Amino acid sequence: MTSDDTTLDASAPWLEVDALIDNPRTRIVVCCGSGGVGKTTTAAALGVRAAERGRKVVVLTIDPARRLAQSMGISELDNVPRQVKGVDETAGGELHAMMLDMKRTFDEIVEGHADADRARAILENPFYQSLSAGFAGTQEYMAMEKLGQLRASDEWDLIIVDTPPSRSALDFLDAPKRLGSFLDGKFIRVLMAPAKVGGRAGMKFLNVGMSMMTGTLSKLMGGQLLRDVQTFVAAMDTMFGGFRTRADATYRLLQAPGTAFLVVAAPERDALREAAYFVERLAAEQMPLAGLVLNRVHGSGAAQLSAERALAAAEALTERMAEDADADPDRAENNLEPTGIVDLDGGKAGSRNAGGLSPAAAAEHVAPTSASAAQLAAGLLRLHAERMQVLSRERRTRDRFTALHPEVPVTEVAALPGDVHDLAGLRAIGDRLALNGTDTDDTHSDNTDSHDAHSDDTHGND
Amino acid sequence: MSRLHVVSGKGGTGKTTVAAALALALATEGRRTLLVEVEGRQGIAQLFETEALPYEERKIAVGPASEDASRWGSPRTESGRDSPRGGGGRRAGGEVHALAIDAERALLDYLQMFYKLGSAGRALKKLGAIDFATTIAPGLRDVLLTGKACEAVRRKDKSGKFVYDAVVMDAPPTGRITRFLNVNDEVAGLAKIGPIHNQAQAVMRVLKSPETAVHLVTLLEEMPVQETADGVEELRAAGISVGSIVINMTRPALLDNGDLDIIAARGARTGVAKALSQAGLGGARRGGLADRLIDPLLEQAREHAERVELERAEHAELTAIGLPTYELELLPEGVDLAGLYHLARDLRKQRPI
Repeated sequence: MTSDDTTLDASAPWLEVDALIDNPRTRIVVCCGSGGVGKTTTAAALGVRAAERGRKVVVLTIDPARRLAQSMGISELDNVPRQVKGVDETAGGELHAMMLDMKRTFDEIVEGHADADRARAILENPFYQSLSAGFAGTQEYMAMEKLGQLRASDEWDLIIVDTPPSRSALDFLDAPKRLGSFLDGKFIRVLMAPAKVGGRAGMKFLNVGMSMMTGTLSKLMGGQLLRDVQTFVAAMDTMFGGFRTRADATYRLLQAPGTAFLVVAAPERDALREAAYFVERLAAEQMPLAGLVLNRVHGSGAAQLSAERALAAAEALTERMAEDADADPDRAENNLEPTGIVDLDGGKAGSRNAGGLSPAAAAEHVAPTSASAAQLAAGLLRLHAERMQVLSRERRTRDRFTALHPEVPVTEVAALPGDVHDLAGLRAIGDRLALNGTDTDDTHSDNTDSHDAHSDDTHGND
Repeated sequence: MSRLHVVSGKGGTGKTTVAAALALALATEGRRTLLVEVEGRQGIAQLFETEALPYEERKIAVGPASEDASRWGSPRTESGRDSPRGGGGRRAGGEVHALAIDAERALLDYLQMFYKLGSAGRALKKLGAIDFATTIAPGLRDVLLTGKACEAVRRKDKSGKFVYDAVVMDAPPTGRITRFLNVNDEVAGLAKIGPIHNQAQAVMRVLKSPETAVHLVTLLEEMPVQETADGVEELRAAGISVGSIVINMTRPALLDNGDLDIIAARGARTGVAKALSQAGLGGARRGGLADRLIDPLLEQAREHAERVELERAEHAELTAIGLPTYELELLPEGVDLAGLYHLARDLRKQRPI
């Protein structure tokens, strides 16, 4: 009940997760967003849910937490999907999962497109090795390559992809193109066939400059590298028609109907700023955005008690304890007996006070209670105040996003106290993902703020 | 004392914030620090609420004045570091400068320096050769970025004093940091002789010397802690030592499992309800406001206690690594400029940097 709750609530449409994953036309779901917002967990949870609702699903993860990978049985890097055990298959679905090995994926492309000798020559090329292991963008490129392969095999109804932990969420769209464009680019062509370029009218000067520059770069990086690049590119180029073609194909796959992007974020300023960029970028690229998954949103079953009031009450209790300790040191040590030290007045004073008296005033004319109970109550109240502050901050951040992009459907996932690393945890996340904000399982009807998913914290509260 | 501070951490742990706070913390007593960004994210500009940083060093903040003092000192002392102790003199804050290093521009600078390319440099850029060279050879890119930072560390003015007392780098995340810093290995296959090779050698000398300290930022959560432990191991294997671990966004433990046990046992629940009621939160009787509050409040306490237990376990794992640690509290309202100064003071209070 902070002031901003009652003001305009930029109410975004709700993201219907089940409708999305149940729809047989949905073939690819891409989870993207900045680092540390729970992309991998979201992808895995969607996978479990979709499989248990009857779809044949494969989840492609990039860099899962060790225990999560172990629990799904994909901690081995063999670059092929493994069936995940322990998933309820009674609805006819299956879950497969794999962890991307980018070097292996790259090697497979080479092996699949060249005869053995040629493949070995490429695999041993030092330039290839540095490119396949560390090029900024190789991981993104290979994730998209793997996605293309999985899609082409047509073995699964639904492919869910996690995106690489890039420095920026946008890398994942740009990197494949970048890799493709400069492997096919002008410079590479010049390197490979300077004579041809120089032969064209008006290019002669450029060619002179060029040989000087290749000379410079050779000196700088070592001539061997440039030769390695030349051999590598020549081999790759004839092998499968160029990187750009492949990158373009991936790109079209992402734009195709049947692909849905989910932007994943946490209710924090930076993550949501990145999410907003991403939403704009997807629109510019005509890629289909399904909605925003807002992870780790906090809620409270006692949202009717504001942070300010909770803090004031905690203060009042602490003051009382201090006074009691002064007046009667023995009682301050007193135990946990919640015995009838408090007379009925307590209740009456309390209910009167709820109507208007300040907490401190009310606390003054009631009899003292057990010190430790008061201490615990004060602790509970401080905890609640903290929670309410988090809640209103998160809501402000979310509203800022919604104000910018009111058209983007949103689903909120209540924060779990611990990490998720088993199927049960993923299932719980899946339930929260699919929980519609207008659901009626709202236990605190007197809570005017409960129009959103914050109330899902009350699950398990019984 | 280290003069190059490399700040890394898993994505989402707040390494940019910690790097900025560290740069501020080091910019006291007239010292001048340089805060360097290498990933082109403009995170520093956002934190300091300034416009995007160009590829040039510029002053972005004034360091906090030292607190225990009464007299203003000169903004920059003779050596910049050995502050006179006598008289408890108050010294003005130093300066934080910032630089967003751009690998392409850095390469052009080098070419210019070694080969006097002139307009040919522009032609190279137009052809995509620079993009090619910096992106296709990741080692080259990294050596240019770290090289620029090391150059700033060693740069001296005409009178032979260091231009910057300390350089703080907002480095790539833990998963990539060893590779990033271990430039020697990276360029070994590419450049065995020549300026890049020499550059890599010089950079490695700085990075492996006590002049350099790597700080890993983490949260008290499973994955960041795991990555921190892995990162320390990897860095050590590469011969680069880690200076400290910064535990970011810590939250006070208001209640723990012990408290919950007390509430569960011996029927303290009614006592708590009564206490709530006494604090003016409605009736403690069944159905009264205080009574209805108690379940949701206890649920929140259970979640909190569970988190506290997890955090203690993660904390123990971090302690077991055996490195000095700093702890920075979560700023409830998010990090703004004032928050940065707050964190900088917190860092200084905990141990000498």
